[in-house]
Amino acid sequence: MVQLYHRYGALLATLLIAATAIWVLMMVVLPYLVMAEYSFHPNLPMMQQGGPDDVYTLSNYASLFSGIDLLNGELPDDFRVFLRTIWGSTLVTFISLVVCYPVAWHLAKAAKPEQVGLLILLLIIPFWINEILRTFAWYIILAYNGPLNSALLGMGLLDKPYRWLSGSGGVLIGMTYAFILFMMFPLINAIETLDISQVEAARDLGAPEWQIHRRIVIPHAKPGIAVGSIMVFVLAASSYIVPAVLGSPGTRWFTETIYIWFFEGQDWPRGSAYAFILLGLCVVFILSVMRIFRVGLTDIAK
Amino acid sequence: MSRDVSLDRVTMRFASYVAVNNVSLDIKAGEFFSFLGPSGCGKTTILRMISGFMNPTEGRILIGGEDMKGNGPNKRPTALIFQNLALFPMMSVADNIAFGLEMRGVDKAVRRRRAEELLELVALPDAADKRVDELSGGMKQRVAIARALAVEPQVMLLDEPLSALDLKLRQHMRAELRAIQRRTGLTFIYITHDQGEALTMSDRVGVMSRGQLEQVGPPSEIYNEPATAFVAGFVGENNVFTGRITEVAGGQAVVETGAGRFVGRNPRGIRVGTQVVMLVRPERLKPLTVAGPTPENPNVLSRSVDHIDFEGAFANVHLKQPDGAKPLSMHISNDGSLTDLVGDRIFTVGFAPQDALVLAANGA
Repeated sequence: MVQLYHRYGALLATLLIAATAIWVLMMVVLPYLVMAEYSFHPNLPMMQQGGPDDVYTLSNYASLFSGIDLLNGELPDDFRVFLRTIWGSTLVTFISLVVCYPVAWHLAKAAKPEQVGLLILLLIIPFWINEILRTFAWYIILAYNGPLNSALLGMGLLDKPYRWLSGSGGVLIGMTYAFILFMMFPLINAIETLDISQVEAARDLGAPEWQIHRRIVIPHAKPGIAVGSIMVFVLAASSYIVPAVLGSPGTRWFTETIYIWFFEGQDWPRGSAYAFILLGLCVVFILSVMRIFRVGLTDIAK
Repeated sequence: MSRDVSLDRVTMRFASYVAVNNVSLDIKAGEFFSFLGPSGCGKTTILRMISGFMNPTEGRILIGGEDMKGNGPNKRPTALIFQNLALFPMMSVADNIAFGLEMRGVDKAVRRRRAEELLELVALPDAADKRVDELSGGMKQRVAIARALAVEPQVMLLDEPLSALDLKLRQHMRAELRAIQRRTGLTFIYITHDQGEALTMSDRVGVMSRGQLEQVGPPSEIYNEPATAFVAGFVGENNVFTGRITEVAGGQAVVETGAGRFVGRNPRGIRVGTQVVMLVRPERLKPLTVAGPTPENPNVLSRSVDHIDFEGAFANVHLKQPDGAKPLSMHISNDGSLTDLVGDRIFTVGFAPQDALVLAANGA
């Protein structure tokens, strides 16, 4: 701040800071505050808003969990969707990690330098296309009479076409595809900083290949794994397009539930409360990952 | 138990570049052998071939008489100490040392005990539970040695492991390495570009240049009887006189140089008329009281002082050469009379014929 004043003078610096502050306030803070305010009010007709019934309440938050009957194994629909979103996002994160790790290892350490540029370009090019279009492309690929089923039938791996889009398979595949680069690049960056002589030292001391990865490479790449997992999980949990396009009624995502409460149920308070619960879920996930991987915010910033 | 290591006509090519050219050598079991040479001479390539990280394009590498072809680094009885040590920063000192044992499926308690024994051996007790980044340079060095010893190798390979240390520590670690080698009786193969390291520690030194072994021998032989002009120039300092042989007799040669006519040893029996270099070590150049050449002192020069570097134990007197060539260097040991050494005076200096070595010019 002092440096800013020093460099641009009092007037310009004040203007710059004011513009930034207004932007943050209007575009970021204010909408959240409005939503937060909504989430603590009952859903009342316009006429009764501000009236005697308009009191602060936690009922919107509680409504997600009301009706849980663990004894009889009964779960309310919204809560079921919430659990599916957590489980699905975790699965997408895990699949991304498993798919990315060998590729990232290859790009960071094994590939020849002149190949790396080309390979990274090939990774990026598909992401120049709009996310909705890419998701629709998967819709076509995974369709009952689509190319994937034809190919698998042609190779004799399937007897009859598989309904990819009726279960969670399509959503998981689509999301893994949509967010994979957010796992890829943190991993590549992390593995790249590993001194190759550490790998050689481990090999020289008798370590087989899998032990080198388990004891040397993965511990070194931990910050990258943490960053990638956080990104993919948060993006997956808050994704709307992929479940909307590739999902079926039986695989609704929590974002869709929020949408429904806002625009079909006309219950903005409950929609807001659910949105904050989703935010809370992401924060909890981020904090747990940081705890499990024993990385701090500074490691992640790297 | 230690093993001997043999290189049998080993050649290593990278595309068109020949890094190691037809090197044959037998390193005895329990020997401390150093490869000495400038960077890019192929010494690191040789070490990586012995350790199994590279395979020679031609020739064989034998350890204990067994051809190592097809055996990776984890299947050879060697342990390599890396130039940057390559300790594992995410593991404790004890876990670093025990890593090789862990990979061999050794029981945890046994590993721990072995790590502590080895820390004792390298004079670092109490360090077992420290983190690697808590250690000083010298301590890391010792941990790296302990980690390599833990897998009970028969041959230790060391890739300039002392180069990151400061001078005092480096000298101390030389003695320590030598002591560890004696205590364990292992074959040590050491890579360095530092002639001091090679000469002080080794049983034998192999001097390398451009992928070839120029000379192999004990340190004193390398220093006193360099086989080629390259070895003479790389190991220790030399005053070089270039010229042509005019006379050969009784193992000696008379060389007509730009600085005068000198007599020196001619162990290679180089013939009259050949272009040669005559090499005289700075400590063999001595101040004389005579005025001119005599039959006992055939090599006499009178030169004015260019400048004097006082080194403590000796003074390095630089003497101007008439034709503007590189000044001659003469070491005068500090016997207490050095205080009256001042510039701007003429020294009459000489060297005995047996202290001047005549070699073919340009290593030919």
